[in-house]
Amino acid sequence: MTNRDAPQVIKDSSMLKQKEMIAGNYAKLEAAPATGQKVVSTFVPGNLNELIMCFDMLNNLPEINALQNGMRKRTGAYIMEAEKRGHSEDVCTYVKADLGMIAKGNLGPDGQKLPDPDLLLLSYTGCFTFMKWFELLRDHYKCETAMLHVPYQGDGKITPNMIAYVVKQLKEEVIPKLEKISGVKFDIDRLREYLARSARAEEDLVWVLETAKSKPSPIDAYFGGVYYIGPIFTAFRGTEDAVEYYRLLRTEITERLARGQGPVTPTGELTEERYRLVVEGPPNWTSFRDFWKMFYEEGAVVVASTYSKVGGLYDLGFRHDPARPLESLAEYCLGCYTNRNLPSRIDLIERYMHEYQADGLVINSIKSCNSFSAGQLLVLREIERRTGKPGAFIESDLVDPRYFSPANIKNRLESYFQMIDQRRAGSRAARAA
Amino acid sequence: MSTTSTTTAEIVARCQALFDDLHFTYAREWKAAVPGRIVVGYMPFYVPRELIHAAGGLPLGVLGGGDQLEVIQGDAYYQSYICRIPRSTIELGLTNRLDFVDVMLFPSICDVIRNLSGMWKIMFPKVKSRYFDVPQNYCDDVGGEFYIHELNELRDLLAEASGRPVSDDALRASIALYNENRALVREVYAFRARQPWQAPSAEVYLLMRAGLIVAVEEHNRMLREYLTAAAAEQRPRRDNSRVVVTGAFCEQPPLNLIKSIELAGCYIVDDDFMLVNRWERSDIPLEGDPITNLAAAYLHNSNHTSAKYEPDPEKKGLYLVEAVKRSRAEGVIFASPSFCDPALLERPMLQRVLAAHDIPFIAFKYAENSGQMQPIREQAGTFADSIKLWSNP
Repeated sequence: MTNRDAPQVIKDSSMLKQKEMIAGNYAKLEAAPATGQKVVSTFVPGNLNELIMCFDMLNNLPEINALQNGMRKRTGAYIMEAEKRGHSEDVCTYVKADLGMIAKGNLGPDGQKLPDPDLLLLSYTGCFTFMKWFELLRDHYKCETAMLHVPYQGDGKITPNMIAYVVKQLKEEVIPKLEKISGVKFDIDRLREYLARSARAEEDLVWVLETAKSKPSPIDAYFGGVYYIGPIFTAFRGTEDAVEYYRLLRTEITERLARGQGPVTPTGELTEERYRLVVEGPPNWTSFRDFWKMFYEEGAVVVASTYSKVGGLYDLGFRHDPARPLESLAEYCLGCYTNRNLPSRIDLIERYMHEYQADGLVINSIKSCNSFSAGQLLVLREIERRTGKPGAFIESDLVDPRYFSPANIKNRLESYFQMIDQRRAGSRAARAA
Repeated sequence: MSTTSTTTAEIVARCQALFDDLHFTYAREWKAAVPGRIVVGYMPFYVPRELIHAAGGLPLGVLGGGDQLEVIQGDAYYQSYICRIPRSTIELGLTNRLDFVDVMLFPSICDVIRNLSGMWKIMFPKVKSRYFDVPQNYCDDVGGEFYIHELNELRDLLAEASGRPVSDDALRASIALYNENRALVREVYAFRARQPWQAPSAEVYLLMRAGLIVAVEEHNRMLREYLTAAAAEQRPRRDNSRVVVTGAFCEQPPLNLIKSIELAGCYIVDDDFMLVNRWERSDIPLEGDPITNLAAAYLHNSNHTSAKYEPDPEKKGLYLVEAVKRSRAEGVIFASPSFCDPALLERPMLQRVLAAHDIPFIAFKYAENSGQMQPIREQAGTFADSIKLWSNP
């Protein structure tokens, strides 16, 4: 298809707003050496954006750089560069894409040079690889570091001991380092103000995600969902921009819902919802559009996803709470999806299957991400056993194009959709008998 | 009873039999011998075994199935890109080889072992299983306080499993026994570093592995006997290079791999196999509160490994340089399990530190069931030759 034939993508106001926000943050990061604004590099799950903003610092997220580069087809070369430099082919490709990008001049997704961080802030939540990634970055940048160890919910609950431990680290390790690097004194009232904004945005995000309970769903909670979570998972939680973004989004989805419309896809609105799915695991970024197309071409809509909870799980009721600022940050970090034990993850997926009236579960198992992937075959078995709904298991990678096999994935998905059809036909026949 | 006449061959044969027994007959018999005893399984690399012992339990290291176990059901739970130890551990569970284990502990190693803790809860609901978290913050009033709570929670769990409280006095007595054990282990390692031809690495490996199977009292006897017997025997000394092996702290290499390294011309003079035996680097004090002492030992006096955070960038990797110096090694072999995130992500940082100290190294990967040793032998042999030919005298 030529560009002239390609359908025109209609951008909603929220999309334009988000694009502007992301571009603005990259512009600030790239200007940081000139403006003197200090830069923190940190990770998405359990990020402390509100706290970082209290010190007028900028937030640079290596995972976001890797996925943005993945969508721009640059990560293949970056990963190979890192492997040439001695990094194992077996390890996380986000890490290698980041290290390869640094080795090749540290040009960000928009082609401009990213600044060296003034502080590496490791909020170590739900993934061990972060700790090593952080040490590798420290080895390169030789800059100041702050470590926040967030305990894992091994027994499926957050204990007072865990909260006390995280709060103490915030008080004794993280905040003093942020004060030292920024030269700005910590103001807890400023933090409260940001947390109040976070809670407002979180309220709207949850409302939007839960509209997928309607039939037809006005949103796709995975492929569309990754855009919806963008601001709140990254450098914007706690900002007026994020509040505004989610207000706009909510308004748009309210209208879609009232009109009984399906989700927006890259080629327009999905008019016939044939399959309602829950998806577990992150998406592939290097072929994101192709991957999405395999779903919407078949009329498959993702009504709930676990990946959209990786940077904060709000639909079970958690909101950042200005009345308990540090405790609330601790609970946020402890509650992220991959910091929950496997039984809790399975319970959550089962709940989604019922509440969102899903036809089945698709697991996109990511080679790079043991935090998600180890145990997913048991997740599949358990969900099938508990719900009686069929599951599908496909494999790909985050940002390594070598591990995205479109023909295999498409075949599997097509067979899976046929299986759902057969189950439906079987159910109808059983009811008629 | 003194058994000074025991030979190394006899001790090693006993250890080999324990190593080969994937039905864990020793632990089953130990448990059956006295009513009320419990067996507590644990994955590598560290759990506070003193607490288990003080609760009247046998700590049992569960290190996968090695190259002796055919994994059939376990493979159905894991994708091809995940290491082997969780799948063979599940195989052990599903084939009822661990059906006598009362409690399973999953220490804080990596995401795979962490997630296995949840899988165990679902697949073996009658077993008390627990993810055992350790602090990555080493300040007494921060990570220390958190860890004291964790230790107390474990203490309560073990008391519930055994049906009796774990007293401070019992814990002090257990700490004393494990202090003795660690001192003996250090002595064996020091002996091997001095005279590696007198203590082949496969023997030392089996001896240390036995420490994860038998009661500590028995292991202490074994270690003493081995030290006496190994010193008494005269074995041929080869012109081998001296190497440290690192990266094998969780999934263990096949025994043949260890033998192959030595046959290829490398004396292993230090390693990180089964770190739990040497976790604390000196004695844990017996005076004062024993839980606080265990916590302080973890924070300030424990071994380094890639699953632990190093807060001081200047010290990153120096533990390996120190190991090389302490054992008078001439090079380092990075032997890591395939898909082992902590070991493989750490490796480039350690290699940079070694390069800065002019210490030669090589790297390869293995799986616990690797069968082809020829490439390992060729690589290790070439490394040994290069050390002999090119290193400074």
